[in-house]
Amino acid sequence: MNSAQPAISADSLSKLYRLNHGGAGAKTFRDLLTGIAQAPFKRFRQLSGSDESMEDFWALQDVSFDVMPGEVVGIVGRNGAGKSTLLKILSRIVEPTRGRAIMRGRVASLLEVGTGFHPELTGRENVYLNGSILGMKKLEIDARFDEIVAFAEIEKFLDTPVKRYSSGMYVRLAFAVAAHLQPEILIVDEVLAVGDAEFQKKCLGKMRDVSSGEGRTVLFVSHNMAAVTALCKRALLFERGRLVADGPASTVVEQYLRPASEQVTGVYDLRNSPARVEGSTTIIVGARVLDQSGEPISAAVPLQRIRVEVDLDPPTPMRTPMVDLAFNNSRGERIFAVGSYFSPTPLEKTSGPTTVAVTFTMPPLYPGQYDFHIAIMPFSTRYIDHVTPAGTLEVLHDDYLHTSYPYFPEMGSILVASEWETLPVQATVENARRSSERGSVEI
Amino acid sequence: MSTESTSIPVQPSSLPAATSLRELVIEPRPGWIAINWHELWEARELLYFLVLRDVKVRYKQTVLGVAWAVLQPVFTMLVFTIIFGQFAKIPSDGLPYSIFVFAGLLPWTFFSSNISQASMSLMNQQSLLTKIYLPRLFIPASAVGSGLVDLFVSFVVFGALMLYYGVPVGVGALALPFLVALTAAASLGVGLILAAVTVTYRDFRYVVPFLIQSWMYLSPVIYPVSMVPDKWQPLLALNPMAGIIDAFRSALFGLPWNVTTLCVSSASALVLLGYGLFYFRKTERVFADVA
Repeated sequence: MNSAQPAISADSLSKLYRLNHGGAGAKTFRDLLTGIAQAPFKRFRQLSGSDESMEDFWALQDVSFDVMPGEVVGIVGRNGAGKSTLLKILSRIVEPTRGRAIMRGRVASLLEVGTGFHPELTGRENVYLNGSILGMKKLEIDARFDEIVAFAEIEKFLDTPVKRYSSGMYVRLAFAVAAHLQPEILIVDEVLAVGDAEFQKKCLGKMRDVSSGEGRTVLFVSHNMAAVTALCKRALLFERGRLVADGPASTVVEQYLRPASEQVTGVYDLRNSPARVEGSTTIIVGARVLDQSGEPISAAVPLQRIRVEVDLDPPTPMRTPMVDLAFNNSRGERIFAVGSYFSPTPLEKTSGPTTVAVTFTMPPLYPGQYDFHIAIMPFSTRYIDHVTPAGTLEVLHDDYLHTSYPYFPEMGSILVASEWETLPVQATVENARRSSERGSVEI
Repeated sequence: MSTESTSIPVQPSSLPAATSLRELVIEPRPGWIAINWHELWEARELLYFLVLRDVKVRYKQTVLGVAWAVLQPVFTMLVFTIIFGQFAKIPSDGLPYSIFVFAGLLPWTFFSSNISQASMSLMNQQSLLTKIYLPRLFIPASAVGSGLVDLFVSFVVFGALMLYYGVPVGVGALALPFLVALTAAASLGVGLILAAVTVTYRDFRYVVPFLIQSWMYLSPVIYPVSMVPDKWQPLLALNPMAGIIDAFRSALFGLPWNVTTLCVSSASALVLLGYGLFYFRKTERVFADVA
């Protein structure tokens, strides 16, 4: 039944982003105005080679693949590997910088559940609004309205504004609309991860119906490897904007989960490191990131015990060396530091090659690449040796919070486990009274 | 694996034939991008739902609901009548000042609220830019659509006022749909430009209210066109709202028509619409990158 023509053919798709590190490339109107005023001077600065505020970043590079009609293809890769960029290009949200893609059939993309939902509108009104935003005709929505409502299990609240819905109801309704789209090509990004387990199962079932029963082509991005292997026969693996593997889902998922590419091993020779800060005296000559059994690792999960050994070779004896180990996220922001100055016992005097070690618990960081830097100072505030970055540690996605909710960068760098509860009415009234009293005292 | 072989459709109608599949090519498009009228027509129901949403939300969110649409123009009229009519004694072509200024406020409020809503429309609905593809022209356009509803309510209030003052409506009122369409065109043009600029330069939104306020004083809302010296008249007509507001009064009160001014203003409104569409299409491709 697979006709010769692929449903999706991507031909060397590439997407370039220009990252802004400074004033240039106006993002605000104010910058634009000052930019115009400074333009004559800027040219001079560019000639003198001091303008380095822009950086090119290929979010996607030369990606080519074909998907035949009826295929369900999983797309896997770490955060920032280019998965979302690919989906956005295929959904026509962003334009590729180079290359082209041909889509044969009606395309629907679900990069978010409930796009365009308005909290003030009722469930019924939002079904029509959202359906129409997703590209359904009014007649199609009319025809499937009852089915959508039944799937979402919200019959009783159909005429209630969705702002009064629980998050579960909201997601169910939003997904129900999307699940009843009937495109030939469906592009789905991580949306299955929301909702409770029961509903997820139902959605997975619906997705399976969609693909095998009705011959639909599906592109499916997920961090949930179990879902990828269950749903997809084939998978594509992305790394740093490139397509690095394309094959049977189980093989590709295995490759994705295999830790460490060759360069990142957890063992670093830093004697001649190009990352050494200028003006440093070479003291830090090596480092190893180890797990509890002493094996070098390049990736860790939240709350894992980690040991970092640093080899020092000071040219002159050091009385109480202070070693600093700090982690930055991929945006270059400092996330945390463990310094020997925090340790209850200071490091001992060193007069020759020495190894110092630090053991700590990996904080529950947002999954992704973290660079670490190592520095040493001899009892003063100035570093005498500083290697930045000395190496990379990847924090893996692990359902640390034990929630099926997906993680978003907007949630911040640290995932904090928490418990929420609704207080009984009596306590609410009491608290309101107390805070209003306190407020009036302060005024 | 067995599902694949069993899924061959028994009834061929359930799977569209390969020839009927629409083919979509995605590639970088340099230069200016023509408006895809076919796509807009196909998705026309979306515009309807977006307008419906704006109207419903506006009347649901305010405590006063529809009363707000009535009270707002009435209050503005009262304030302007007291300040500009009573204190400043601005002439009003021999009409009661309140009714004179209301006739000007009808198209002006329609125009100004359209451009302020449209200019914020993309900023406020970024998920429609970054999470889905749809004809983005509809997002600012829906602001204009919902403005029509407010305009209609204002017209009802105005009708009551005309009755109260016993001012007869001239046959010229038949030209009103044309004038409203012209106002919509001008406001859509300006709204598209401002929406595109605001989504690119975030702080531009602070400029918009100032722009609207200045524009009002450059339009004959609180004063008659006849007050403007003759040598400035052609320049004034370049402001589309000058000719439109003037024509609104001619149409409603049976005053003589200032045909040249209206023609120049109409041309200028259409140029604005054309440029707005052009500029919007030109910048549209990067909306999702900058939003």
